[in-house]
Amino acid sequence: MDQKEILSHLPYTKPFLFVDGLRHVDDEGVKGHFTFSKELDFYKGHFKGKPTTPGVILIECCAQIGLVCLGIYLLGSENHAISDFQIGMSSSEMEFLVPVYPNEKVVVSSRKVYFRFHKLKCRVQMHNSKGELVCRGTISGMLNTKIHG
Amino acid sequence: MDPKEKYRKLKDIVAIYLPEDVSIDGITPKSHFINELNINSANLVDIVLDVEDAFDIMLENEDMDRMQTVQDALDIIDVKIGAK
Repeated sequence: MDQKEILSHLPYTKPFLFVDGLRHVDDEGVKGHFTFSKELDFYKGHFKGKPTTPGVILIECCAQIGLVCLGIYLLGSENHAISDFQIGMSSSEMEFLVPVYPNEKVVVSSRKVYFRFHKLKCRVQMHNSKGELVCRGTISGMLNTKIHG
Repeated sequence: MDPKEKYRKLKDIVAIYLPEDVSIDGITPKSHFINELNINSANLVDIVLDVEDAFDIMLENEDMDRMQTVQDALDIIDVKIGAK
């Protein structure tokens, strides 16, 4: 599956899509990027008069690139029909080192820890354009290609 | 392996993933992982991976689907150890 096709399967859209593109993907990991436009709505309230990207949004960006894009690729490699793809984040543990301000571009890279019994666990890192480590941690999610009742 | 030892080993693994509102004494062979021990399906995967390491066995998707209770897990461990 190529990088364009992975993006086409992402179950998000604006204003909650936090992936602009992928640089690399293989069975072991993925690397992608996103630019936090200053127009994003949450900057109006986080923080008052000092727009800063919320940590939960950084986690979401890490998850969309590091977990979901990789998950779609891995499911595609297993010849699953991706049309009814579903994902739920099951856990995340992150530490944050430097803030991300409006209009900053970040690069997320993730390495697979394991993908078994529908669960994908990844180690993720986010760097800013200066190459500084923004945040790092582990994120897990359950991936399904059919609906469970 | 001694059945008591096997049960103790399994119980020690399960205990790691128990939510705070379930005590380790609440684990019995009949306990249903999801419905009674309140373990979510994502943590159940981690239990299976720990069981694989602890008993040096490998489980398949069908085993995972069948593993509803602590006793189910003990039975699967027996079969897998026997098949080695």
